[in-house]
Amino acid sequence: MASFVLRRLFQLFITLVGISIISWVIITQAPGSPIALTLDPKVSPKIIEQMMKNYDLDKPIYQQYALWLKKLFTGKLYSFKDGRPVMEKIGERIWNTLFLNAVATLIIFSLAIPLGVFSARRQYSFLDNLGTFGAYLGISIPSFWLAYLLILATVKLFGYPVLGMRSFVTEDFTTMEIVMDRLWHLMLPSIILAIGGIAGLSRYTRSSMLEVVRQDYIRTAKAKGLPEETVFYKHALRNALLPIITIFGFLIPDLIGGSIIMESVFAWPGIGRLSYQAVLARDYPVVMTILTISAVLTLIGNFVADILYAVVDPRIRYG
Amino acid sequence: MGVQSKLFWRYFKRSRLGVGGVVIIMIIFLIAAFASFLAPYDPGKTDVSAKLKPPSSRNYLGTDQLGRDIFSRMLHGSRVSLSVGFVAVAISIFIGILVGAVAGYYSGWIDSLLMRFVDIMLCFPSFFLILTVVALLGPSIFNIMVVIGITSWMGTSRFVRAEFLSLRERDFTQAARALGVKDRRIILRHILPNALAPVFVTATLKVASAILLEAGLSFLGFGVQPPAPSWGNILTEGRTYIFDAWWLTVFPGLAILVTVLSFNLVGEGLRDALDPRLRGRR
Repeated sequence: MASFVLRRLFQLFITLVGISIISWVIITQAPGSPIALTLDPKVSPKIIEQMMKNYDLDKPIYQQYALWLKKLFTGKLYSFKDGRPVMEKIGERIWNTLFLNAVATLIIFSLAIPLGVFSARRQYSFLDNLGTFGAYLGISIPSFWLAYLLILATVKLFGYPVLGMRSFVTEDFTTMEIVMDRLWHLMLPSIILAIGGIAGLSRYTRSSMLEVVRQDYIRTAKAKGLPEETVFYKHALRNALLPIITIFGFLIPDLIGGSIIMESVFAWPGIGRLSYQAVLARDYPVVMTILTISAVLTLIGNFVADILYAVVDPRIRYG
Repeated sequence: MGVQSKLFWRYFKRSRLGVGGVVIIMIIFLIAAFASFLAPYDPGKTDVSAKLKPPSSRNYLGTDQLGRDIFSRMLHGSRVSLSVGFVAVAISIFIGILVGAVAGYYSGWIDSLLMRFVDIMLCFPSFFLILTVVALLGPSIFNIMVVIGITSWMGTSRFVRAEFLSLRERDFTQAARALGVKDRRIILRHILPNALAPVFVTATLKVASAILLEAGLSFLGFGVQPPAPSWGNILTEGRTYIFDAWWLTVFPGLAILVTVLSFNLVGEGLRDALDPRLRGRR
């Protein structure tokens, strides 16, 4: 077990280095980046000189990369847009995004797994086909479209504002009303974020269950005379859930990416919206940092998923 | 190949959804090809006196804030969606097959290196990465196609590599090698045709997601720029008028939904037809 963990940690470290290099290369070397501005003949030489000094552009490439890394870790990277430290801007908003994503993930897992298991139980029945079609709809629907449709419907039906994390006039509300207000604002974005995930995960659970049910050990269990429910829910389900742990690691980047659109539509103050505004404003430090942080979070998520998988399934440890 | 393709069609026809998907795709193809003939109005022609009119017999899907006919704009928008879908996926598959074949055939350190690279690329949040690069390079339909292509090849490469790793050990490969056939020829003419089955499935599903991506990018303002019509940017322009002109929101989204859905259905139908493990007691 220990050697497995150590091996994975080592690979993780190499991948981390690779991520930081690629992030940095993409942003700084692409056309339209600060370096390109220095080649623009319309910009006056004095400004160029100032820029080069401020952003270390006069040093060789590998030094620029090293300096960027150092600034990243010591929190000295400043935003182009308003000069505030990037870490501060991210720190303000990241919890909002994580909260939204956590709620969405909770919804996904609690709905998708039962749906998938149920579908597998009654394969090819009417309900299964309905569920399957619903899943296809779920992965095909453009999230921003669904969001606007639901906003339209909710506002027409309830007349209550849905944008943002809270309503504006909450000072006079009681604590209970504040909580309900927050919950209300949380509902729509998290549900819409969850829909794609539910659709995908329920299909995946279904096919995983179907695969497990055809295994020999399930046949043995049935031959032993165990009741159908025990065989299905105790033996088959546990084995079918194993691969779903690996899905956990992949959900995180999808949610962060999906957050961008949802946060923009619902004016949710999170890093999705921050990253969108940063891209619009060509705020390279912020963009680079968010890119790297997201990649690192994904990496950690995958790593945790791998370890969990090894804990649960001994075959992986020695394979 | 004759018997295999006949069997394949038999299995594919079983999936009614898959066949339905193919039909819808063909219809959309025809629409895109003949958009100029089918559109009653010029999609760029503005007529401010007729702005924000609801669907009627004159404008089947209504007009937008500049008086342009939505129906005609949507017909032309289908071209954007389909072309982005296909070109982006073509690029993605090309890179994926290249990487996967080399990694799977040569194995060893090339394989480890390439797979490490794939792992790194997989860690990046794809939508954000695409958004960033498109913003850097400038929003144009060509840039979108290329960027989507170079950020989505990783899945294909894994499949192809897996197939190559197993096909490499088969008798026909050994035979070819013993006969002295050059590596490149073995890869291209012997192994690759047999490795392509999962690629078809992922390709179809990727077209679906590429169309969704293009819509999302256009929605955020980084896709096809107005006045050129794209389903995504009709939605964006309709954002401001959502409560007064529901037709600017409902129809483009519906079009995206139906198109993406049909590609997904075909992809899943293909997967069911090609993967023998999941067949039930039909």
